[in-house]
Amino acid sequence: MSHELLDALAKMGFWLALLLQVTPIMLWVERRAPAMMQDRLGPNRVGPFGFFQAIADVGKFVFKEDFEPATANRGLYLLAPMLALVPCMTTYLVLPFGPELEVAGRTILSVVIDSDSGVFVFLALASLGVYSLVLAGWASNNKWSMMGAIRASAQMISYELALTLAVVAALVPAGSLNLQRVVEQQMDDRLLGFLPAWGVFVQPLGFLVFLVAMFAETNRLPFDLPEAESELVAGYHTEYGSMRMAFFFMGEYMNMAVLSALAATLYFGGWSLPGLDLTQYSGIVPGLLGMGILWAKIGLFLFLYVWVRWTFPRFRYDQLMRLGWKILLPLSIVNLVVVAVLVISGRI
Amino acid sequence: MSVPIAWYLVLAAALFCIGTVGALTRRNGIAIFLSIELMLNAANLTLAAYSRLLDDRTGQMVVFFALAVAAAEAAVGLALFIAIYRLRRTIDLNRINLLRW
Amino acid sequence: MELAIFIVFAVTALVSSIVVVAHRSPVHSTLSLVVTLLATAGLFILLGSPFLAALQVLLYTGAILVLFLFVIMLLNIQRERASSARSPLQTWGALVGAFVLAGAVSRLLWDAHAESVAPPLTETFVSLRGVADQLFTTYLLPFEMIGLLLLLAVVVAGWVAKRVRAEADEESAE
Repeated sequence: MSHELLDALAKMGFWLALLLQVTPIMLWVERRAPAMMQDRLGPNRVGPFGFFQAIADVGKFVFKEDFEPATANRGLYLLAPMLALVPCMTTYLVLPFGPELEVAGRTILSVVIDSDSGVFVFLALASLGVYSLVLAGWASNNKWSMMGAIRASAQMISYELALTLAVVAALVPAGSLNLQRVVEQQMDDRLLGFLPAWGVFVQPLGFLVFLVAMFAETNRLPFDLPEAESELVAGYHTEYGSMRMAFFFMGEYMNMAVLSALAATLYFGGWSLPGLDLTQYSGIVPGLLGMGILWAKIGLFLFLYVWVRWTFPRFRYDQLMRLGWKILLPLSIVNLVVVAVLVISGRI
Repeated sequence: MSVPIAWYLVLAAALFCIGTVGALTRRNGIAIFLSIELMLNAANLTLAAYSRLLDDRTGQMVVFFALAVAAAEAAVGLALFIAIYRLRRTIDLNRINLLRW
Repeated sequence: MELAIFIVFAVTALVSSIVVVAHRSPVHSTLSLVVTLLATAGLFILLGSPFLAALQVLLYTGAILVLFLFVIMLLNIQRERASSARSPLQTWGALVGAFVLAGAVSRLLWDAHAESVAPPLTETFVSLRGVADQLFTTYLLPFEMIGLLLLLAVVVAGWVAKRVRAEADEESAE
């Protein structure tokens, strides 16, 4: 096998090993963090701080009966949970996690696919995520699921617009769709002499739009209308149990992780930290450090997800649509114009 | 071995004809719409293939515009279907004969 | 290698496109069209145009066909009943006509291009920058007009759907 192929496989393995940890850990965080916020104890019997609760949860998913409703459309019913993993298993390929590495006399890029249309590919693959929800809802042949599917399709298309426009504005200062260039631009520039030129300082409005749209794209509270327990039982995954249900969970948490990674890359300097020059180290150390920094930022975002979930109530459907089309979309366009003017006038 | 451009062209022609059959034989409005999208897709493939053959990016530009127009067309077309459905409770094109005599 | 990839994508596109026109359930038709479009996106990459491939996935499968599914589910369109109005004659006529058309066009294309060999791919042909350069200089006017068209489409779509709802409500009130 050629060196390039081996490198790519190693990098993918690295990413996947980390991505697959997200779901069990988040299952635990999602129980302990709200307990902390609500002054409860939360699960504390299984291991230290109830940490092995995650393993118990996974065990529960594995050993539950695999149920299939008689009236479901079998093929699509079985396909939908697998499609839930498509976006998160592909989009990380264009995310950079470090500077160029010098290993054994070869230069290795710290990104699996170094494409000049990187973000474009990310958005295209991420937009396929809606199919899993829609198919699950339709194939279950259950009216709650169907309602969830209809809500999911409309919601995800609506918020994709604002999300994409926010991303476009974030790319303007770097002048490239390659995320590595975006990170380098944020690393090299300084704002007002001391602030790192992170996207969040350059365009706070764009970051806000991105953040809200990110929550809507992953169907998390306050935008979890496709699954809304108190209205639709469990929405599109009402009829799913055991491992298929676990697939939806994995898809949701891993999508949160990759979108957080994109947010960190676009607005928080990605794998770089101000004041730390990763290129001073040799071998694969910069890659490992960069990965660590990136995942620390992802972790903060994931905690924000949980925090918001236990803080805000769910939106009503018409409020959701109004927010998406009448507030976020115009704001994202304003942000794009402002950033473009600032860049052309040479202030950034 | 690199693939001859003619194969792409023949494939696109086949896809286009499959789409034509669908547009002519189906009665469900949505299915006809889908067949037309299929024909559009075949045309795009032809344009991209010629763009590659002539080493000229104009073909890609036309595909870009065709995709954008397809988006506009889908938005208006589906809105029309919703409107027709609200008035007639069907989108079976045999029973939507307002303009026939 | 390239040939194998081409064959995989081409066969996928052909089979799924036949399912698109043959399946009676609109949801299945739409999903097969998704497969066709993804296979075509793969062919676009082989043709040295990753930009079009990404655009196809983002715009067509990610937005337009989701809109189709949304409408199909909203109107709850069931599978088509066996055709009564279309006679078998019409169906066979369409099939034969399409075959003749396909054969003729394929023959013409084959005769014209069987010997043509594509020039080697160049960096500028593939790069996104090249696409952007051309899009925002030579094709600036069409680009602006497309923007206007899309805006118009959004406004018209909203207006059509809303206006008819108002009329239908009036009728039911009477």
